[in-house]
Amino acid sequence: MLTNLILILVVLSNLKLLASSRLGAAIRVVAAQGVVLGLLPILAHREPLAAHALLLAAGTITLKGVVFPWLLLRAIREAHVAREVEPFVGYSASLGAGVLILGISFWMCTRLPMPASIASSWLAPVALFSIFVGLFLIAARKRAISQVLGFLVLENGVYTFGVGVTSRTPLIVEIGVLLDVFVAVFIMGITIFHIQREFDHTAAAPAGDGKD
Amino acid sequence: MTLLLAALALLLGGGIIVLATSRPHRDWSWLAAGVVVVAAIVGGIPAVQVLAGGTVSTLHWPWAVPFGQFALGLDPLSAWFLLPTLLLSALAAIYGAGYGKSGAEPRSLGPVWFFYCLLVLSMVLVVLARNAILFLFAWELMAVASYFLVTVEHERPEVRQAGWIYLAATQVGTAFLLALFLLLARQTGSMDFTVWAARGIPAGGWAAVLFVLAAIGLGTKAGFMPLHGWLPEAHPAAPSHVSALMSGVMIKTGIYGFLRVLTFLRTPPLWWGWTFIGIGMTSGVLGVLWALAQHDLKRLLAYHSIENIGIIALGMGVGMIGWSTGSAPLMVLGFGGALLHVLNHSLFKGLLFLAAGAVLQQTGEHDLDRLGGLLRRMPWTGTAFLIGAAAICGLPPLNGFISEFLIFLGALRGVALAPGAVAVSLLAVVAGLGLIGGLAVACFTKAFGVVFLGTPRSESARTAAEVGPAMIGPMLILAAACILVGLLAPLAVATLPRVLTNLTGLPTAAIHGGLAGAVGPLLAVVTASVVLLVILGLLMLWRRRLLSRQVVATGTTWGCGYAQPTPRMQYTASSFAQPLLSWTSAVLGGRRQLTAPNGYFPAAASLHTQTPDPLHPDLYRPALDRIGAGLARQRWLQPAAVQLCILYIALALLALLIWKFG
Repeated sequence: MLTNLILILVVLSNLKLLASSRLGAAIRVVAAQGVVLGLLPILAHREPLAAHALLLAAGTITLKGVVFPWLLLRAIREAHVAREVEPFVGYSASLGAGVLILGISFWMCTRLPMPASIASSWLAPVALFSIFVGLFLIAARKRAISQVLGFLVLENGVYTFGVGVTSRTPLIVEIGVLLDVFVAVFIMGITIFHIQREFDHTAAAPAGDGKD
Repeated sequence: MTLLLAALALLLGGGIIVLATSRPHRDWSWLAAGVVVVAAIVGGIPAVQVLAGGTVSTLHWPWAVPFGQFALGLDPLSAWFLLPTLLLSALAAIYGAGYGKSGAEPRSLGPVWFFYCLLVLSMVLVVLARNAILFLFAWELMAVASYFLVTVEHERPEVRQAGWIYLAATQVGTAFLLALFLLLARQTGSMDFTVWAARGIPAGGWAAVLFVLAAIGLGTKAGFMPLHGWLPEAHPAAPSHVSALMSGVMIKTGIYGFLRVLTFLRTPPLWWGWTFIGIGMTSGVLGVLWALAQHDLKRLLAYHSIENIGIIALGMGVGMIGWSTGSAPLMVLGFGGALLHVLNHSLFKGLLFLAAGAVLQQTGEHDLDRLGGLLRRMPWTGTAFLIGAAAICGLPPLNGFISEFLIFLGALRGVALAPGAVAVSLLAVVAGLGLIGGLAVACFTKAFGVVFLGTPRSESARTAAEVGPAMIGPMLILAAACILVGLLAPLAVATLPRVLTNLTGLPTAAIHGGLAGAVGPLLAVVTASVVLLVILGLLMLWRRRLLSRQVVATGTTWGCGYAQPTPRMQYTASSFAQPLLSWTSAVLGGRRQLTAPNGYFPAAASLHTQTPDPLHPDLYRPALDRIGAGLARQRWLQPAAVQLCILYIALALLALLIWKFG
């Protein structure tokens, strides 16, 4: 029951992200999502609490709920950006796309063969929804910070799936942790280099050269 | 099999150690060469055992790669290719250690030896692999290792260009190979060579497709004529001991692969044999003609590799015709000649490249027309080159003769027995082999005469000296092997039956019956040659005795009694080849710039000839350019913005999920 509540919160936070133009609010939403997801390994398993589940929960909450938001908030403060400007896809259109993605995710998961031990039947669709929302955010937004947030949401999707579906210390969760570390480095890079506007300017080469 | 694994481990470990510990001023060449020699001896023991009648050994290890299995096997066919690979690798390694650094730039030899070890390792793995994935892995390892060896002197732009051409050619070959293996796997439901050989592919549409894929994919490595473009570029660019290894054995892995595929495809239809005779004729005749037109010694040798691959293809063609017409003698003699020529070519082509490398090291001259008179300055190298040259021309009693003789004999037998069109095609083989042999003699007369005879044409040739014993030793061993295999021809033929049984599945009696016809004439030729050699030796002794009491004066070769002869009065490589080339200019094309001598006291005259290979990789350039331009027009698809890249990925993912689960 609690698992389902967490999953609903994740869906709602994703939709909020799609509709939000204020970066500070978006960072806090992602942080909240991270904290809620951190509780998932404790709730998802019916077995008695294992030390590794607690450890995983503690690590996730610290990283996603404290470290990342702090880094990101500092980054927008230093770069003097508060809002996303001129996104490729508008906010109401993004919200519409989000609902569509949610539908597709649920529909697709009815076709997906699932292991019997899965904690909740909503787990897979929500995970898939998070992944697609993350990808959508990266594709539709211009600010580097928004793209980092998109990446975090994508990672949250992978994490949700890994924790919920596999029962004991699974490889996939470790991969998720690795991705976390990567994101941390990513964020550090942004803070250090003070990217002011669009991700484009430094990450992608000018057209014509370096395309391959 | 344990010994083979030990050899593989030695090569890998030795290569890594040499790479890790090498510094520019510290030379580990002898350690690396030692490792290769020990590995060759350790690996050679099981190969000899299998050829001598030992049991066929296999090994199966699970491997984490999908569909892959670390499956090795050593049957007589593998052993036949393994033996020259190991022999030439060891000899070329010793030579390479004596050769030291090549090129002007000071560089650490660690990476060179690392890739050398890796190349030997991958060639061993290619002939042992019994799983398609493992085979492809070894095949690619071989391509990459040899690419880095070709581009050792990467500071020279033409070497980088040659490296690119080689890499592109080998990748195209692998693409066809991949298609071949995937189709075979689809037909049989397995990636295992033993399963493929046991099930076989029934004759018909699929077999034809597989044959064409194999001929292109493996023929690119072997250097069949329209696909040979990389050979004359890569061989001169590589260090000489690497050229010897690549030309001597690496291109033979293409032949090995094709013979292996033939054991899966079983009975070939008649047109496969004709295709191979066509490939063999083109590669053989055109290869030797272009060799004749070359001015660079190593490039000339590279074209001769194409010619010899042509001879091997002719043998295989004869064998396949025998297979499809059910004629055991044709099959045995054709395939037997081809197999024996694989061994022989590795011996004499290895020798010739090593000798060419010695000349290059001592003179620094690539151009034939700047050499000359080296026989007196480098007697060992010169003699070794002469023996190799006689062997490659197929002159008795050397080894090149016996393998060509087997193919000749097979074709002649077929002409007598087979009906109509088959007989005509075999007659073409006889004529083609004769033409190739004759032209090869002309070409090596030119090469040997211009490089080693006469007087030096340049200062660097005048001051050349003999190379060190580490380089002479391997050349002499190879020269001795050429003579031995030739003189012990009946014995060499006697090792063939096990390999042929392995390849064709014929009963032993039929194979012995096929080969029996060849042993008699071979014995006669060998005896006659030995008698003639003895007579020649006696005559030389007699001459020396007669001259010992006389005053002997030495003069310049081709002095012609002029008061002031200069080296420029000698025949050059161009002028020697000119009659033959003008006679074949309709085929070869080529450009000449002639300033004819004019008046009673002509002051200046000059002749420049240039015969570019029309099948040079540039042949493919218009087509490639068009493809490139077409693809450039699709560039708008490839976004500069990160967002679009991600969008593509997301859409692809979504489409895949919907397609799979929808």
